[in-house]
Amino acid sequence: MIDIQEFICVTCPVGCNIRAEVVNNQLVAIHGQSCQRGEAFVQEELRDARRMLTTTVQVVGGTLPLLPVRTASPIPKRLLLLLASELRRLQVQAPVEAGQPVLPNALGTGVDVIATRGITAA
Amino acid sequence: MKSISCDVLVVGSGPAGLAAALEARQTGAQEVLLLERNDELGGILQQCIHTGFGLREFGQDLSGPEYAWRWIDQVHDAGLQVLSETMVLSVDATRRVVATSKALGMIEILPRALVLAMGCRERPRGALAIPGTRPAGVYTAGTAQRLVNIDGYMPGNRFVILGSGDIGMIMARRLTLEGAEVAAVCEILPYLSGLRRNLVQCIRDYDIPLHLCTTVTEVRGQDRVTSVVVSGVDADRRPLPGTEREIPCDTLLLSVGLVPENELTRMAGASMDAVTGGPRVNEGYATDIPGIFAAGNVVHVYDLVDDVSQAARIAGRSAARYACSTQAPTGPTVRLVAGENVRAVVPQLVHPAALEQESIALHMRVRTPIEAPVNLDLRLGERTLLSRRFRYVRPAEMLTLTLPQRLAGELAGATELSVHVRT
Repeated sequence: MIDIQEFICVTCPVGCNIRAEVVNNQLVAIHGQSCQRGEAFVQEELRDARRMLTTTVQVVGGTLPLLPVRTASPIPKRLLLLLASELRRLQVQAPVEAGQPVLPNALGTGVDVIATRGITAA
Repeated sequence: MKSISCDVLVVGSGPAGLAAALEARQTGAQEVLLLERNDELGGILQQCIHTGFGLREFGQDLSGPEYAWRWIDQVHDAGLQVLSETMVLSVDATRRVVATSKALGMIEILPRALVLAMGCRERPRGALAIPGTRPAGVYTAGTAQRLVNIDGYMPGNRFVILGSGDIGMIMARRLTLEGAEVAAVCEILPYLSGLRRNLVQCIRDYDIPLHLCTTVTEVRGQDRVTSVVVSGVDADRRPLPGTEREIPCDTLLLSVGLVPENELTRMAGASMDAVTGGPRVNEGYATDIPGIFAAGNVVHVYDLVDDVSQAARIAGRSAARYACSTQAPTGPTVRLVAGENVRAVVPQLVHPAALEQESIALHMRVRTPIEAPVNLDLRLGERTLLSRRFRYVRPAEMLTLTLPQRLAGELAGATELSVHVRT
């Protein structure tokens, strides 16, 4: 049984419409992608869909109340809401450097949550 | 009043201003001054904490602050002069700029060349004329973005978002991640206003209801929004009686378009393009006021910041050349005109003499989407000079057609070129 699945690739702003033929969760044919990243995206969507999480955490003693953060690389999609709620409870102490890990190995994924800007102490 | 002179003055330090200022210095302008109204540089990028920036400029998927700081660090390393907490009050056709500065008070700046990089603003509720009461709880999506991402306030608990622009979709995800409920995203058009990848990663990933051909027809609530009424619309965007549905919510966000911010450009007397909302510019992003250039979203609204940086470099380079009195293109210009299914073309004017020196990128948007292969044609009269094939075209996605240098001869003597999108 060939299962036809439709995807919109999120790798770049083009957003290609991709039609994939899938048998037993294995990709057997693919149409519509305009570069190789499209196939890699579909493979990953079938295996373990991943997204980058971007949010903010509270800063104590800084010149700004919030620090923008992101996962250093994409994490499994099913963990996005859980990690976001975890980060709502996290506080970090200023000063913070851009790129500094604020939560190492988030939810056991092996991926750090990092600061995306620096904030100086007030 | 303190008077300052400089080679190139740049108004606004968002992505356009940063790139224009840096490029002006790299082109040879010695005294480059960058003005910013806020207390830090970077403009709207600082509140755009999501990723999707920098794929072309840096080959990496960066957040807004990361993209901004890469440029800000370069501006500081290049030793450019920066005045933050400084707001320009007026500009005239002689490039006399009057500003108020927290550090210097009222100042007058007399630059040899001026780059306007004020960006754009969101269309507010008043531009839509939504009937109903006037309660608290109606925000533009970008205002809510600032409240949530910088100031640390949640503007509500249960949201309806009108408009499927990128900021609206990104805020739908953002509010969900912060624990709020997004009851619906409504779009009056039969297609998305924003990028399609945001449909996936901001709407579908979080099971947020998206209603196309639907608009808000009433806001209810006295002190605070208590609900909105949404209705289906017909092909002419008129609400269809009998399709009304009330959605309880405490906050309505508007993501219904961006308008170039050109109060100063008009004050200087530059000719404007009624369709883009920005000044008419040539291939060097020069306005028709000598020595005044425009960079980024003041010219027309872009969808990608990498494209803003790229266009702003051209404006910065032209401004530096003007300030140093070198190689300004002269001679007659050719008008670029929007033809079939094209909304507007930027730049609006091209010097054939400039095309002899380097290729020129033309940017445009279609009026209506076509989900099938199309040709984008550049025509001189009835003759097609250049054609580029696209797999599909959508109003949300800017198209680029690059004029190659070899066409310089064809353009000499022409008065008008047109661009058309056809299947």
